[in-house]
Amino acid sequence: MTTFWFIVIAFLWTGYFVLEGFDFGVGALMPLLSRSDAERRQVIGTIGPVWDGNEVWVITAVGAMFAAFPAWYSGLLSGFYLPMFLIVVGLIVRGVGLEWRGKVRSGRERALCDAGIVTGSVLTAFLWGAVFGNLLYGSAFATVLGGVLSLSVAILHGAVFVALKTTGPVRARARRAALFTSAAAVPAGIVALPAVPGSAMDVPSWSASPWLWACALLAMAALAAGVTLVWRRREGWAFTATALSIALTTAALFGALWPAPLPGLTLAEAASAPYTMTMLTWIGLIALPGVLAYQGWTYWVFRKRLTVDSAAH
Amino acid sequence: MNVLDLSRWQFGITTVYHFIFVPLTIGLAILVASMQTAWHRGGNETYLRMTKFFGKLFLINFAMGVVTGIVQEFQFGMNWSDYSRFVGDVFGAPLAMEGLLAFFLESTFLGLWIFGWNRLSPRLHLATIWLAAIGTTLSAYFILAANSWMQHPVGYRINPETNRAELTDIWAVLTNSTTLVTFPHVLFGAFITAAGFLIGVSAWHLARGREVPLFRKAMRIGLAVSLASGIGVAATGDIQGRIMTEQQPMKMAAAEALYKTSSPASFSLFTLGTPDGTEELWSLRVPYVLSFMATGDPNGTVEGIDDLQKEYVAKYGPGDYRPSVPVTYWTFRLMIGFGALASLLALVGLWLTRKGRTPGSRWFYRAALAAMALPFLANAAGWIFTEMGRQPWTVYGVLRTAASVSPGVDVTTVALSLTAFTVVYAVLAVITAMLMARHVKAGPPDLTADKEPADPSVPALTY
Repeated sequence: MTTFWFIVIAFLWTGYFVLEGFDFGVGALMPLLSRSDAERRQVIGTIGPVWDGNEVWVITAVGAMFAAFPAWYSGLLSGFYLPMFLIVVGLIVRGVGLEWRGKVRSGRERALCDAGIVTGSVLTAFLWGAVFGNLLYGSAFATVLGGVLSLSVAILHGAVFVALKTTGPVRARARRAALFTSAAAVPAGIVALPAVPGSAMDVPSWSASPWLWACALLAMAALAAGVTLVWRRREGWAFTATALSIALTTAALFGALWPAPLPGLTLAEAASAPYTMTMLTWIGLIALPGVLAYQGWTYWVFRKRLTVDSAAH
Repeated sequence: MNVLDLSRWQFGITTVYHFIFVPLTIGLAILVASMQTAWHRGGNETYLRMTKFFGKLFLINFAMGVVTGIVQEFQFGMNWSDYSRFVGDVFGAPLAMEGLLAFFLESTFLGLWIFGWNRLSPRLHLATIWLAAIGTTLSAYFILAANSWMQHPVGYRINPETNRAELTDIWAVLTNSTTLVTFPHVLFGAFITAAGFLIGVSAWHLARGREVPLFRKAMRIGLAVSLASGIGVAATGDIQGRIMTEQQPMKMAAAEALYKTSSPASFSLFTLGTPDGTEELWSLRVPYVLSFMATGDPNGTVEGIDDLQKEYVAKYGPGDYRPSVPVTYWTFRLMIGFGALASLLALVGLWLTRKGRTPGSRWFYRAALAAMALPFLANAAGWIFTEMGRQPWTVYGVLRTAASVSPGVDVTTVALSLTAFTVVYAVLAVITAMLMARHVKAGPPDLTADKEPADPSVPALTY
C-alpha cells in the first residue's frame, strides 16, 4: 500500500509538471511571443480555459501527501519553508494576473497583470526544480541546476504548446523561441538528468536504478526528439515528446526519492495507517478516472488553434 | 513574539482573509447558476444579463479565493509541521478528498463555463456552472469535516508506538455531529454573504435609477435569499450552541463569560471583565436564557470557566485551559449582531419592495450598500470565535497549539513570510475592491452591442 500510494503521488506530480509545465512556459514567454495586445491574448488564450484545472494537480498531490505520508508532507514543507513560501506567492501573482488580465481597462493595468504572470511563472517553474535538485544532492550547484532545468524545459514545453495551438506570426515566434530555449534546456538536461538516478546510488534502492537510468536516458532522448520535431515543424509530436520528457524526468525523480523521500525519513515511517491508505485508494479509484475523462474532454473542446482575430474579441 | 505567536498571527490573518472570498464564491456560484437556469428555462434576457453581470463579479472574487486557498494547504506543513505529522492520517484524508472530488470539478468546469459560452450547447454550458457550484459546495463540506474534527475529534485512535492519531472510521469523521451542523451553518452564511452582495450592488444602481427592472429583480432575489438564510443560520447556530456546550464546554463558558458553574445560568447582555479576561467585574444578565440556549432547559446546568479549569487540570495535567475570554465573548456577540442586522435589513427591504414597488427614498439604498459589509464581518467574527474559543488546543483535548508549531522554523523566517503575506494581501485587497467597484459601476452588458463572435469555434477570451 505504501508503494502504491507513493506511485499515485508520483503520478499526481507528473500530471502537475506536464500540464502546469506548459502553463508556466506560456506565462514566461508571453511578452516575447507577442507584439500587440491581440497577440498577447492569443498567447494567453492557449492556456486560458485549462490553467486553473492544471493547478489542481499540485493541490491534490500535496493533499495526498498530507493524507498518505504526513511526515513527508510536513517535513518537505517546513524544511523548504522559504522556497515554498515563494512558490505560493508566485502562484498568487500569476493566478490573479491571468484571471484579471481580461477584466482591467488601461494598458498600464494590463502591463501590471502581465508582470504578475511572467514573474509568477518564472519564479515558480524555477523553484520547483531547485527544491527537488536540493533534495537530491543538497548542494548549491544542484539547486541552481535543478531550477535551470525545470525552468528551461517548462519554457520549451510552453513554446511548443503555443506553436501547436496558434496560427500566424505567434506560431512562428513560438517555434523560434522553442529552438532558442533548447540551447539551455538540452545542456541542462545532459548534466542534470543522469544525476537523478545517480543520487539514488547511496541508498538501498540501487536495485531499482536500472529503471531510473532508463527513465533518465529516455527523458534525455525525448527532450532531444522534441527539439528535432520542432525543427521539422511537427508540433503535435514535438509536444508529445516534451510532455514525455517531463513525465520521465518526474518518474526518475520519484524513483530516486524511493524509499526515502527526505533525508533520514523512510516512506514506511512517514506512512499513514493501512485503514487510511485503503480508504484513500477507493476514493482515488473512483475519482481519478473521472478527473482524467473530464479534463481530457476540456482539451478536446478547446482543441482548435487560436487565430489572432479570434483572440481579439 | 516567538515562532508560535507569529505562526498563529499568520494563520489567523491568512485564514480570515481567505474566508472573505470563500463564502462569496460559494453563494454566488449557486445564485449565478440559478440565474442562468432562469434564463435557460424562460428565455428572459434579463436573467442572461444578470448572469453575465454577476458572473463577472463572481470570477474576480473566485480568483482571490483560489490563490489564497493554496496558502492554506501549504502552511499546515510549513508552520504547523508537528500538528500535520500528528493528525495527517485523519485530517489529511478530507483534504485529499477535497482535491480529488471537489477542486478538480470546480476549476475544470469553471474554465469550461468561462470559455464555453459559444462552444457548448446551452444545456451543456448550464451544466458546467452547476458542476462548478457543486464542486465549490463539496469543497466546503470536506474542509469543514476537517475543521470539525479539530473541534470534536471522532473516528480515530492514538497509536502509542508512533504517537500519532490514526483514522479508524472515515464515516464517523464525515458524519461528525459537529460537521453536520456546521456545514449548513456555513452554507447559510455564504448565502447571506452573496445575497447581501446582490442587494448592495442592486441598491447602487437603483439609487441612480439605472436598469431598474433588472436590479429590482436581483434585489428581490437577494432579499429573499438573505432572509431565508438568516432563519437557517440562526436555527443551525442554535443547534451548534447546544453541541458546543456538550463537546467544548469551555468555549461556551468563555462565549458567555460565565465564570461559575450555574443552574439556571443567566445570559450576559454585557460583561465587563479584567483586561486579561480572568475575572468578571460587572455584568448585566437575563436569567434562565443561557441555560435554555445551551441545554434546551431553562434550569439546565452550564459549567463555568473557573470550574472547568480545575476539571481540566485534573484531567490533562497542569496548565491554563482558558481561551481569551474577551475575544471569545465579543466575537460571539459580533457574529450574532452583524448577522441579525443583515436579516433586519432583508426584512425591511422585502417590505419596501412588496408588490412591485421600488423604494424611492435614498436612505434604504445607502443602508443596503453599507450592509454589504455585515455578512463578511459576521463570518470573520464567527471563525475567530470558533478558533480562538478552542484554544489552547488545535485538536480539542488531544493536541495543544503550542505542541503543533514547526520546530525547525526560525522567528525571522516566519516574521518575513507573515509580513510579506500581509503586504501582498493588502495590495490585492485594494485591487480586488477597485476592480469590483468598476465592474459594478459599468453595469450589466448590453447584449445587442456586445454580441459574441459569430464563429462558434471562437472563444470569448475576455469573459
